[in-house]
Amino acid sequence: MNAKSLRPFLRPMATLFQAATAFSASNKFHFPSLSACNGQMCVLRSDARINQFLNMGPHKSLTQRLLTNAVATKEDTSASSKTGHELLLFEALREGLEEEMERDPRVCVIGEDVGHYGGSYKVTKGLAPKFGDLRVLDTPIAENAFTGMGIGAAMTGLRPIVEGMNMGFLLLAFNQISNNCGMLHYTSGGQFKIPIVVRGPGGVGRQLGAEHSQRLESYFQSIPGIQMVACSTPYNAKGLMKAAIRSENPVILFEHVLLYNLKEKIPDEEYVLSLEEAEMVRPGEHVTILTYSRMRYHVMQAAKTLVNKGYDPEVIDIRSLKPFDLYTIGNSVKKTHRVLIVEECMRTGGIGASLTAAITENFNDYLDAPIMCLSSQDVPTPYAGTLEEWTVVQPAQIVTAVEKLCQ
Amino acid sequence: MALSRASHRGVGSALAKPFSAAFTLSRPISSDAPLTVETSVPFTAHNCEAPPRAVATSSSELLTFFRDMALMRRMEISADSLYKAKLIRGFCHLYDGQEAVAIGMEAGITKRDCIITAYRDHCTFLGRGGTLLEVFAELMGRREGCSRGKGGSMHFYKKESGFFGGHGIVGAQVPLGCGLAFAQKYSKDETVTFALYGDGAANQGQLFEALNIAALWDLPAILVCENNHYGMGTAEWRAAKSPAYYKRGDYVPGLKVDGMDVLAVKQACKFAKEHALKNGPLILEMDTYRYHGHSMSDPGSTYRTRDEISGVRQERDPIERVRKLLLSHDIASEKELKDIEKEVRKEVDEAIAKAKESPMPDASELFTNVYAKGYGTESFGADRKEVRVTLP
Repeated sequence: MNAKSLRPFLRPMATLFQAATAFSASNKFHFPSLSACNGQMCVLRSDARINQFLNMGPHKSLTQRLLTNAVATKEDTSASSKTGHELLLFEALREGLEEEMERDPRVCVIGEDVGHYGGSYKVTKGLAPKFGDLRVLDTPIAENAFTGMGIGAAMTGLRPIVEGMNMGFLLLAFNQISNNCGMLHYTSGGQFKIPIVVRGPGGVGRQLGAEHSQRLESYFQSIPGIQMVACSTPYNAKGLMKAAIRSENPVILFEHVLLYNLKEKIPDEEYVLSLEEAEMVRPGEHVTILTYSRMRYHVMQAAKTLVNKGYDPEVIDIRSLKPFDLYTIGNSVKKTHRVLIVEECMRTGGIGASLTAAITENFNDYLDAPIMCLSSQDVPTPYAGTLEEWTVVQPAQIVTAVEKLCQ
Repeated sequence: MALSRASHRGVGSALAKPFSAAFTLSRPISSDAPLTVETSVPFTAHNCEAPPRAVATSSSELLTFFRDMALMRRMEISADSLYKAKLIRGFCHLYDGQEAVAIGMEAGITKRDCIITAYRDHCTFLGRGGTLLEVFAELMGRREGCSRGKGGSMHFYKKESGFFGGHGIVGAQVPLGCGLAFAQKYSKDETVTFALYGDGAANQGQLFEALNIAALWDLPAILVCENNHYGMGTAEWRAAKSPAYYKRGDYVPGLKVDGMDVLAVKQACKFAKEHALKNGPLILEMDTYRYHGHSMSDPGSTYRTRDEISGVRQERDPIERVRKLLLSHDIASEKELKDIEKEVRKEVDEAIAKAKESPMPDASELFTNVYAKGYGTESFGADRKEVRVTLP
C-alpha cells in the first residue's frame, strides 16, 4: 500500500503524525532532512522525496517551505484544527491567485468581467481594486482575441491567467489554444515559453442548457504541449492554481460550476501541489475507481454504499488529465486488479477513453477484468432536470458497476 | 536573372512618374552624406495627419537598402529553385516584390520593438537579424535552422531581436501581436509592436476583436496590412467590400503607404511608432505586390495576367527604385551595384551549400521542447521519469 502518499506534513522539523483511519500502525518511514533546503525553494513530494530548485524567480530571498498533501480528507480535522482556515472553493482559488499575484508582478488576469464585476463566480473578487486595472483586465467579449493576446504576452515573459467565463466559450479560442499556445514552444525550437494558465468553470450544472454544460477536457486532450488539470476540493484548487501559475508550460485548469461552494479547511502555510500527481482519496483493496472533478463526490457517495455492502474500493482523483499520473494509477492497478473509470465527459473520445487505452497498454497483465468506464451520455445536455440527471453518472450506477466488476 | 532583366528595362524606359521633381542633381557626395528624398506618392491618411513626403536618409543607408533588398530577393529566388529541386517541401511562401516593407520597417524602428507576421516571413526574419544559414537550414529541415528544423518555412522566430514569427493560421498572429503590445505597455518599455497581416487576413474577425481591445486599452500596437492585392487566388475586390484597409479601423487612425518605396515605408513606420506610443493603435496599409504566387504550389498566373506582374516589376520594383536613386545621386556606379549583386549571390550560394551539409535533426529531437522544464513543478512522463522513447 502506498502509505507514503498519505502522510500529511506540518511545518518541517515539527512532529509528524499519522492520519486517523487509513493506515495500519506498521507504516513508518523517515523523512530526509529538510535542512538541506537551505533557503532554496523545495517541493515536498507526496512520497517524501524533496526536490530543490535553485532558481527562485523574482523573490530569491524568501525562504519558502512548502507542504504537499495528497489527501484532502476529513480525517485531518483533528490535526489541522489548530492551524488552517475554512473557506469555499472559489475563495481558495482566489487565495491562490492573490498569493501568486503578490509574489510575482508579472502575473495578470485577463477575462470577461473579472475586474470591476469581481468575476462571474467571484474567483477574482477584490483583485482589481487591489492590483489595478492593468493586472486584472476586463475584456470585451472576444475570446479568440484575448486568449491570443494572453499568449502573445506570455511569449515575452508575462504570466497571464486567461479566464473563460464558461469553459464552453473557449471553443472560440480553440485555434489560439491549440496552435499557438500548445505548439509555439516546439515550433520555435524552444525559444518561447508560454507560461499561461487558461481556466474556467465547465461541466454539467443545474439545468444550464446544452451550450453551457460542456466538458472541454475531451476536446483539448490531444493538443500537444499543454497540461490539463482538474481541481475538485478547495485544498487542491488552491494548490493546483499556484502550481499552474508557476509552471513554465501552458496549463488548462478545469473547474466545475457546481463545486465552487464546497467548504473545507486548508492549511495556513503556503503550499503548491504537483501538476502531474493524482490524489489518493480513499485507499482500498478490491477495485480502483479513477475519477476527477465533480464525479469524485458521486464516487465517494457510492463508496459509502459499497462499504456497507462489504466492498473496499480504492478511490483516486486523477487530477492531472494530461499527462496521466500512470505511476499512482499503476500502483493501484497492481494492487486491486480491477479498474472502474467514472467521468463526466462524454463516452466518445473522452478522458476515460484515453485513460482506458493508457492503462491497457501499460498494465494489461495486472488486470483481472476489462476496464469499465462510466461516462456521460453522448448527448447534448438537456434542460429538463430529470433528463439532465440521467445524462451524468449517478452513484447508483457506480455501485452497480462495482458489483459487476467484482463478481 | 530577374534583376538583370529589370535593370535592363529600367534604364531608359518611361519611369519618370514615380520620381518627383524635387530631386537634387548629381554632385560629388562623401560616403555618408545626408539626403532628402521625396516618396513616390503622398501618404493617404485616415483620422490622422499624414507624415511629410520628404524622407531624411543618407547615401550609406541607401546602399544598405540596396544590398539588403538584393540579398532578400536573391534568397527568395534561390528558395524557389530549392523547392523545385525538392529540398524544401510543404509550404513555401515567397516574399519577392515585398522586400521594401521588411527593410523600410527595420530602418524606422529598433530591435527592441517587436515584429510579428504571418507565414511569408523569410525576409522579415532576415531583416530582424537572422542569418542566411538559419533560413536555408530551417527551410530544408536541418538541425541548424532557426527553429532546429522543427518549424519549417512558416515558423521562423528570433527571440533576441524581437521577431515573434512565423504563423501558419491566417490572422491568428494579430491578437498575439496585441498581446505583445500589452506586455510592452505593462513593462513600460516605450517600445511598440508591429503586427503584420495580409489583405486576406484583414477580413478575419479576430483582427477587429484585437483592434477594439488595443484601442480600448491604449496599446502600442501597429497593425500593418501588407496589401499585395491577392488573398491566394482571390483578388481584394472579390474578398472585401471595402478594400480600403487603412480605413477599416474606423475609430483607429490609418495610413496608406506605397509599400514598394522603401523610404516611404521607413517614414511611415517611424511616424507610426511615435503615434502608437502617444495615442494608441494605428493601422498601416502597405500597398505592395508579390511576384510569385501565393506559395510554391500556386503558379500565380491563373488569377492575374503575366502582363500585370511584369508591369509592376517594370514600374514599381523596390530594388530598381533604390538603384535609380543611387545612380542618379552618384552614390554608386552601375558596375559597383552589379558587383554588390554578384557578392550577394555568392553569399546566398555559400549559405545554401553550408545548409545542405547540415545534418537532419536527431530522432530524440522529436520529443524535445514539447514542454518547458519548469521550476516549482516538474514535468514528467507517465512513469515519473523523463520520457525516453525509442523509435522503431
